[in-house]
Amino acid sequence: MAKFCYPSPPWVDARRSARRAFRQDKTLSHALIEVKNLNFARGSRQIFKNLNITLAAGDVTAVMGPSGTGKTTLLRLITRQLEPDSGQVLVDGVDIATLSVAQLYKLRTRFGMLFQNGALLTDLNVFENVAFPLREHTKLGDRLIRHVVLTKLQAVGLRGAADLMPSELSGGMGRRVALARAIVMDPDILIYDEPFVGLDPISLGVIVRLVRRINDTLGISSIVVSHDIDELATVSDQSYLIAEGSVAASGRPEALRENDSELVRQFMHGTPDGPVGFHFEAPDYETQLVGEELA
Amino acid sequence: MSNDRSVHSSMTDFLREFGAMQLFFLQLLRLSPGVLFTRFSLVVAQIFATGAMSIVIIMVCALFVGAVLGLQMHSGLEQFNAEESAGVLSGLALIKEIGPVITALLFAGRAGTSLASEIGLMKATDQLSAMEMMAVNPVRRVVVPRFLGGVIAMPLLTAIFTMTGLLGAHLVVVELLGVDVGAYWQQMQQALTMEDVAEGIIKSIVFGIVASLLAVWEGYSTIPTAEGVGRATTRTVVKTAIAVLVFDFIITASLL
Repeated sequence: MAKFCYPSPPWVDARRSARRAFRQDKTLSHALIEVKNLNFARGSRQIFKNLNITLAAGDVTAVMGPSGTGKTTLLRLITRQLEPDSGQVLVDGVDIATLSVAQLYKLRTRFGMLFQNGALLTDLNVFENVAFPLREHTKLGDRLIRHVVLTKLQAVGLRGAADLMPSELSGGMGRRVALARAIVMDPDILIYDEPFVGLDPISLGVIVRLVRRINDTLGISSIVVSHDIDELATVSDQSYLIAEGSVAASGRPEALRENDSELVRQFMHGTPDGPVGFHFEAPDYETQLVGEELA
Repeated sequence: MSNDRSVHSSMTDFLREFGAMQLFFLQLLRLSPGVLFTRFSLVVAQIFATGAMSIVIIMVCALFVGAVLGLQMHSGLEQFNAEESAGVLSGLALIKEIGPVITALLFAGRAGTSLASEIGLMKATDQLSAMEMMAVNPVRRVVVPRFLGGVIAMPLLTAIFTMTGLLGAHLVVVELLGVDVGAYWQQMQQALTMEDVAEGIIKSIVFGIVASLLAVWEGYSTIPTAEGVGRATTRTVVKTAIAVLVFDFIITASLL
């Protein structure tokens, strides 16, 4: 029996074919997102100092780094949810700081973002959460919206959960629904913020495979922010390790493991001793304890 | 010296927040026509959530407020053999003052806190950021419908409160204390003018704008933590109570 396929909207097919053709022609590969000399501080704490990153079109790019290095902040800067103190973020060569609000929103229709906690709209069920961008940005009829949404939910294995409310989902399921929502508008760039945190081994495996499969099938570009080295090594084409406000190392994941830098080695092999301290900056332990006792 | 600095800093913070709230209000006004004409279903849902869901508490409170008012008026006027005038005084008080003010205070406690905490929680759980990333303006999609829902619901709730209050006063003064029903209603009809009703309507609209604005502002500007949402909810009630009483005085003084 022939397998039934839901029809894709015509613009989706056209964009998908163009992107596949682009990916196959490696000579056309170009920088999709460029972060140039970016500086950003929160209060007195400098998060980024002259950060430079280039994300190539068609690749899965991993951004790694110890906790608190500003990985999520970097994503918010790339999508202009935050403004840098200085420096530029270029998307397809356009400085996003120069865009008007309308232009920025238009650009954001090209992005799909998976938030760390899923960020599902709690007053809508799973189906309506995934349908939300379609209802807001298109004039598609209910029948076509239903087809598109069910296709995306099928892709993440949650077609059967369409009627559930977000509060009825486990953490892993919620993240898969958020992933379906992130891809429902067929974005050019998919951004994952810590997609592997708190997942059981089965969900973890599914999400890891989905990241790669979605990128290759839809011919898009992906940015994955995480500190899970093993998972990133299996999905990413290019990796950046961020530490102390700038890029400590970059390259293919396997190359990073062979890196000579003490900092990179400490992070990649998870050793407690090294330049990245376990303790937050504090006065001398003994002095503080004895001093308090004397006081 | 440090006290001066602290007062100066508090004043600066207050003015900064007040200015930010005015800009936010202008943004709501700018976006409101679009939402009213293109996404009216969202506004209707909010009128239901803030208005219809508040009807029971409004009616119960109004019934007892009217009853107490009737009792007090009767007790005071009895000394001058003017019990029939209890209806006039109760009506004036309910339509011009008590109806709009108490409805606004109840609205702040029931619907205002709900609006502030709902928007605050959406912010704390990144739902507003997610909307922004989906190229959907969260102010237009989330805040404006809630603001308009509150503004539209408040005059309707005030009308329900006033009518139920009059019924409560009637039950006590006429049915319980035996004042003649004809005299009670006729005096009220003769003494109350359209200006009195208009004053009540104007107040209910202004209070609706003030209470809804403060609720959505507190929710939208909250610190995105559990503690921040809790504080925003409390501030909504406190600020709305103060603002409503201040505006009540200003409107009354300017219409006298």
